[in-house]
Amino acid sequence: MQLPDVNEKWTHRINTVTIGATKEQGGTRGKTITVGGQTTLPSLTFEGATPNKPVIAGYVADTPPDWPDTLKNAIGKEINSPAEWARKCVETFGVDMINLSLIGADPSGKNSTPAECARVVESVLKAVDVPLIIRGCNDEEKDNLVLLECSQASRGENCLIGSAKEKNYRTVVAICKADKHKIIAEAPVDINIGKQVNILLQDSGFDLNDVVMFQTTAALGYGLDYVYTILERARTTGIKGDKLMAMPQLCDVGGETWRVKEAVADEDVLPGWGSLQKRGPMWEAACAAAYLQAGADILIMAHPAAIATIKMLIQRLS
Amino acid sequence: MAALTGMQIYKNLPRSNCKECGFPTCMAFAMQVAAKQKALGDCPRITDDAKNSLADASSPPMKLVTIGPEGKQFTFGQETVMFRHEERFHHATGVAVRIRGALTEMQVDELVAAINRADFMRAGEKLAVALCAVEVDGYADPAGRVQRIAQNCRVPLILMGDNPETLCATAQAIPGQRPLLCKATPANVEFLAKLAAGAKCALAIGAGTLEELADATQKAKANCVDDLVLAFSDKNTSETIRQLTIARRAAIKKNFRALGYPALVEVNADSPEAETVLAATFAAKYAGIVVINGHEPWELLPVLTTIQSIYTNPQVPNAVEAKLYAIGSVTENSPVIVTTNFSLTYFSVAGEVERSKIPCYISVVNTEGLGVLNSYAGDKISPEKVLKTLQEQKVAEHVKHRKLIIPGLLPIFKGELEDISEWKEVIIGPESASKIPAFLNSVWK
Ligand code: SF4
Repeated sequence: MQLPDVNEKWTHRINTVTIGATKEQGGTRGKTITVGGQTTLPSLTFEGATPNKPVIAGYVADTPPDWPDTLKNAIGKEINSPAEWARKCVETFGVDMINLSLIGADPSGKNSTPAECARVVESVLKAVDVPLIIRGCNDEEKDNLVLLECSQASRGENCLIGSAKEKNYRTVVAICKADKHKIIAEAPVDINIGKQVNILLQDSGFDLNDVVMFQTTAALGYGLDYVYTILERARTTGIKGDKLMAMPQLCDVGGETWRVKEAVADEDVLPGWGSLQKRGPMWEAACAAAYLQAGADILIMAHPAAIATIKMLIQRLS
Repeated sequence: MAALTGMQIYKNLPRSNCKECGFPTCMAFAMQVAAKQKALGDCPRITDDAKNSLADASSPPMKLVTIGPEGKQFTFGQETVMFRHEERFHHATGVAVRIRGALTEMQVDELVAAINRADFMRAGEKLAVALCAVEVDGYADPAGRVQRIAQNCRVPLILMGDNPETLCATAQAIPGQRPLLCKATPANVEFLAKLAAGAKCALAIGAGTLEELADATQKAKANCVDDLVLAFSDKNTSETIRQLTIARRAAIKKNFRALGYPALVEVNADSPEAETVLAATFAAKYAGIVVINGHEPWELLPVLTTIQSIYTNPQVPNAVEAKLYAIGSVTENSPVIVTTNFSLTYFSVAGEVERSKIPCYISVVNTEGLGVLNSYAGDKISPEKVLKTLQEQKVAEHVKHRKLIIPGLLPIFKGELEDISEWKEVIIGPESASKIPAFLNSVWK
């Protein structure tokens, strides 16, 4: 029996963004990472192209995050040194790139100085040759200072730096323009603000081809439905021709998962919910799997077992 | 259910304007039927063919299928959209745990017990294994095993096998249980369709291509089974997603009846971890049932929670009950935090309070499920409303102090609240929930 023609006529392409720079390109990376370029939804190659696979960025922080022991032990003692942690992510966990979160800069925490943060960036760049994502501590004033120094310290490396937000984008834009980095456009689980940030970036003369969207990530069971739908809507609007939504998308799965109780609390707190040892990484991996279907291009992930599972899944999906 | 238009009905009438129905023209009669004021049968001249084609056109594009006996049923199908934001996904994917043929009887009993145990309360909803998928090939006395499982298991059964005779024998061993027979192939679909029709069971059909599958469902339908399920065995995940997508688009967008049935996906993976993420993947992309081996809570919970999220109705704001929540062992000195009843806000705040290890009261204002900024913009939260909520929840009786932590996004409430209430020290909280632990640890000393 002949099937009806069900192909969608998507008309546009998601922007292609390349992160990292090799020696020839003025950096020191051994390889670059390219995401985006799709003209259809994940897997639907009968009606369009999905030229670049989603990638995994290993979560690394300048200071050990407030994570459960199951995760810290799985990473190992290297968690105490950003450079060693990054090296282990690349060499042992097999990630495609590194996400460096400078959470130690938080004024209500360790309050490290911008200069200290820049030295961490340098040490990570030296330890690994994969492309780098650099993010601040989520304190806007401090991040403006921290990202400035980190951007200079990684000049020429074509990093992905974030975040530009609706209320705080000018400094990050100026930094990324000056040092030729790519930028993360962040919005708080709100597709309209997501678009608004992109408009602001465009209006300030930033090339939207150098932007990766970050709609904020929700952990599995904590608003995944909202974020899933925002990613999916953004992607479908993008391939339908809305140039303001045609960016690759980033999800911080590792950063969000390891604060929710399903990934943190063992059976003494959640009787009958199974061993935390297994449940935690599964919580992270299932969350990442869902976002892959919604149109995530870069997944920031933390647990080596979750990373291994999602690497397998990306393989099976390509 | 797709409503018929007057025009669709008119085209199927004799168009003779004979007036026997009591209306001056066929068109006038058709309009009455469309408005559900008259039934098609009120036209004495209508042909059976016309009736059937109209019945087809008025039925939903994807069949609703029920498995299991009264009181122990799983229902799925009748999906209407490709993306949840277009409307919603209606019938949550059922997780079916496979009972492999190679298991010993004792292992089978243990697994059935594990399936019976596998239900969890999460965010106010019960999440559970929906079906038990029993392999019927490759061991002695499958009929006996199936009987025992049907008796002991709290969920309906899928009989999984490639040999039509065994499927037949096992289905007949549990009369009235209405298992899903899984699965027929184009070669044996007629034989199994007759069996399914006789036993009033639903039938799953698998085929090499969607074209062959469409042919096979029509053959089953010709043999009086319309409770059909499209069966996919996942070997190449991208290809399976393509087939699931094409089948669903054909049904929903093109009203292509031959594929207008819900889908079952047998997940094939070489590790429990791989199986779990594949099941989550198919929960997002169009499986009505996923068949897996895993039955441990750490495998099931992430999948069940993914299904819960994907099938949440996006058109209804997700709200928690507006009341005073106590997180941890609160005392009369514990902080009081005000927030909205948008569940995402509430769960983020509650989660971060738990993380801070500082017991707190959370006073939830009924903002009709809107978050902080939206409820402020929509006039669902105001200093007066916060005060009224505090009074209704008798918060002042729970704590000795009169300090109140308000959302960081509503700093302008501070002055007015301090003016109009007994809460004389209003503290502006952080803008983002993730900052709550640091905030509490520095502010609440
Ligand atoms: S009875 Fe039937 S054929 Fe005659 S006018 Fe009415 S609808 Fe038309």
